[in-house]
Amino acid sequence: MKIELTVNGEQREADVWEGESLLFALREKLGLPGSKNACEQGECGSCSVLLDGTLVCACLVLAAQADGHDVVTVEGLGATGEPHPVQEAFVEAGAVQCGFCTPGLVVATVDLLAHSPQPSEDEIREALSGNLCRCTGYAKIFDAVRLAAQ
Amino acid sequence: MSTTLPLGRVGERVKRVDGIPKTNGEFAYSSDLFAAGMLWGHTLRSPHSHARIVEIDLADALTSPGVHAVLTHEDVPGQKRYGLEFPDQPVLALDRVRYFGEPVALIAAEHPEQARRAAERIRVAYEPLEPLVDPERALEQEPLHDERWTHGHGYRDDPRPNVVRHLVIRHGDPDAEGAVSVSGVYELGIQDQAFLGPESGLAVPDGEGGVDIYVATQWLHVDRDQVAPCLGLPPERVRIHLAGVGGAFGGREDLSMQIHSALLALHTERPVKMVYNREESFVGHVHRHPARIWAEHRADADGRLVSVRMRILLDGGAYASSSTAVTSNAASFACGPYAVANALIESTCVYSNNPPCGAMRGFGAVQTCFASEAQMDKLADALGLDPVELRLRNALAPGDVLPTGQRIDGSLPVAEVIRRAAALPVPELEPLPREAIRLPGGAGNTTRGEGVRRGVGFAVGFKNIAYSEGFDDYCAARVRLREDGSAEVHCAAAEVGQGVTNVILQVARTELATDDVVLAPHTTASVDSSGSASASRMTWMAAGAVQLACRAALEERERTGGEVDVERIYRHVRTSPLDPETGQTTGERSHVAFACAAMRVVAEVDVELGLTRVVWIGTAQDVGAAVNPQAVEGQIEGGTAQGLGLALMEEIQTQGGLITNASFTDYLIPTALDMPPVESVLIEDPEPSAPYGVKGVGEPPTVVSTAAVVAALRDATGRELTRVPVRPDDIVGL
Ligand code: FES
Ligand code: FES
Repeated sequence: MKIELTVNGEQREADVWEGESLLFALREKLGLPGSKNACEQGECGSCSVLLDGTLVCACLVLAAQADGHDVVTVEGLGATGEPHPVQEAFVEAGAVQCGFCTPGLVVATVDLLAHSPQPSEDEIREALSGNLCRCTGYAKIFDAVRLAAQ
Repeated sequence: MSTTLPLGRVGERVKRVDGIPKTNGEFAYSSDLFAAGMLWGHTLRSPHSHARIVEIDLADALTSPGVHAVLTHEDVPGQKRYGLEFPDQPVLALDRVRYFGEPVALIAAEHPEQARRAAERIRVAYEPLEPLVDPERALEQEPLHDERWTHGHGYRDDPRPNVVRHLVIRHGDPDAEGAVSVSGVYELGIQDQAFLGPESGLAVPDGEGGVDIYVATQWLHVDRDQVAPCLGLPPERVRIHLAGVGGAFGGREDLSMQIHSALLALHTERPVKMVYNREESFVGHVHRHPARIWAEHRADADGRLVSVRMRILLDGGAYASSSTAVTSNAASFACGPYAVANALIESTCVYSNNPPCGAMRGFGAVQTCFASEAQMDKLADALGLDPVELRLRNALAPGDVLPTGQRIDGSLPVAEVIRRAAALPVPELEPLPREAIRLPGGAGNTTRGEGVRRGVGFAVGFKNIAYSEGFDDYCAARVRLREDGSAEVHCAAAEVGQGVTNVILQVARTELATDDVVLAPHTTASVDSSGSASASRMTWMAAGAVQLACRAALEERERTGGEVDVERIYRHVRTSPLDPETGQTTGERSHVAFACAAMRVVAEVDVELGLTRVVWIGTAQDVGAAVNPQAVEGQIEGGTAQGLGLALMEEIQTQGGLITNASFTDYLIPTALDMPPVESVLIEDPEPSAPYGVKGVGEPPTVVSTAAVVAALRDATGRELTRVPVRPDDIVGL
């Protein structure tokens, strides 16, 4: 089936199979592999995107459900020449190791700071508890969020 | 992709060169690759842990929509078996499967879902066999392998069935009596590396019978040397290129989809992409060995260790992988970083039909550190001594002799890490009532704090750096120095997230005294082997190789002028095998160097509900010299998290050899709510034999943290807690 959606401000079309997730469509049909697939079960947050401004796991949304909606992926937040402040903060704080969790965490952090510009320690932990990171032990990720909040 | 580096020389806190591209999706991981006309590969795996294959019927699968190839072991043109050290594992099952998830057939199709559906239409007739799942009974059961694959490699000749390796270290008089003696039996479950980026890659046929494989791995050249013989190709016709790696931790030392994707690509003459999902990833790589350990420690009345006796049983699972080296590492570090004149250590690894085990961060030392540190606390208790004081009295120091007979001649500041970690101030008790998120059970709102007890634990651990026991361990680097003074560095050292890319660039900038350096793509095509990004060796080895190549390039330019291009190989000091009968080193040393860490943990435990919350961790680690302090801290924090995971929650569960929790819903790893702040002190005591005095830093935190976290739980609960992960039932005493 054909779907039409807005991705990172652009009108896009994709031909998808009914069973495909939004994550698969973004990664394999729309050329946007920034959202990662680490579990496909809503457990790791690597695939976090904003769907009509709400933080969701793209692996849990069917591509067909996104028909007619607005999606922002990590690619839509900033590019190498003009990184988003949250992206800069992650690098500055040393919050990136293998980086596989990073796109999801960047999207989740942008969402957190949009709702709570000066989050407390507990708020940060709770907001990011759906995003698994296996490399960093999270300490420098919390540093990055605090840095970005400044 | 070439990388231009920001400012930064050896010892400076520098930003990762791959940092920004990893934050915005531009960095291409092995699962992000795409090639025009590519097909999707899929693996059909065994649903049994042990079975004979009677027949495989491919007819329906071959006519499934979108399918281009269905392959079995009959389609493997070269060697039918491979292995990191011993070729005991079939590329695709021959007549028997030995573990749950063993690959049986391969499919290539246009859409991944078509490949999965075709796999369901392959009919395999299995005759289930009794699985061997109790490692304690392995030595008396029918052998799982017809050949003794690990026999004849200089290990102790042990004719019992299913022995992967049996090692005895006998030092001094193990029967020596002490004033006090403590003993215990300890157990560790199977831990998974759980790297976030699943196994994946792309194989592209070159049109002339060769193949290029883009994959996430820890050692490009050893992959090539295993892949090529199975494809029946000379090594130069198989080129392996590093694709973005989503974490490794030992789990990418062994092959996963490399040979499989190449077989499909060569067969279909199309590029083939393979990506495991999380469930498949749990069976797609080796795990940390589960262990049972029996220990007895004797000490004199002053708390000085008199003798240590330990028996270690490791379950290697169905295939050997790196189990023989894990067996000896577990034994080598069994006594902990303490001087012990008399020891008897017996370490045995067996084959079974449980999930195959191999390398994971800490590599055998994690298991014995858990047992040995519990014993040290018991000893302190029996002697009425402070646990930190007991450890200081026994701390190993340069000049001391290890149970393998090796004298420590490099840096090993054990007493210093103990003192510095013990001196870190512990945070004050937070008053009640508090936010639920700051109590054991967290957002579950299970308690208001009535049953919560606080405990403080301490542990020390150490481990070897680089490959041991006579292995020819080297790393190559190539430097092209252009006339304009700019340079291009080639080194195959795998960037797995640890930051070796920055290390290479920092070294080249330092040596060449220029900022104008780029790192060429990591590939087998343009430079010799780097060895593995394993064993806390890559920073040391890559720094050594790049330093050598840079200095040679400068000399060469001095002589010839103009552009120069030189390649150099760096080797660390030679090591010797352990004597197969006594476990004593047969030369000056069997290990290259050592690194140690001490850790203090504060935990709160709800003793009624069995729930825990680690409040704070403080650690002092021997890091040699930090090339990039920010990256070193990151290794310590991340390595600590993995050890905390093993202590509290991580275990692959099996029934009859079948994995029952292959998902992140059921296999839990620490989240942002589980990790406490980690305060780390870097002890810089340069290693004399290493470039710039560096040491590997990735493993010591993982070695020590499991032991330290459980020590805190014991202090809080007063229970022995001899098994990890510690379950709520163990805390409550059910
Ligand atoms: S891939 Fe979507 S939550 Fe893990
Ligand atoms: S940086 Fe590797 S998973 Fe987070």
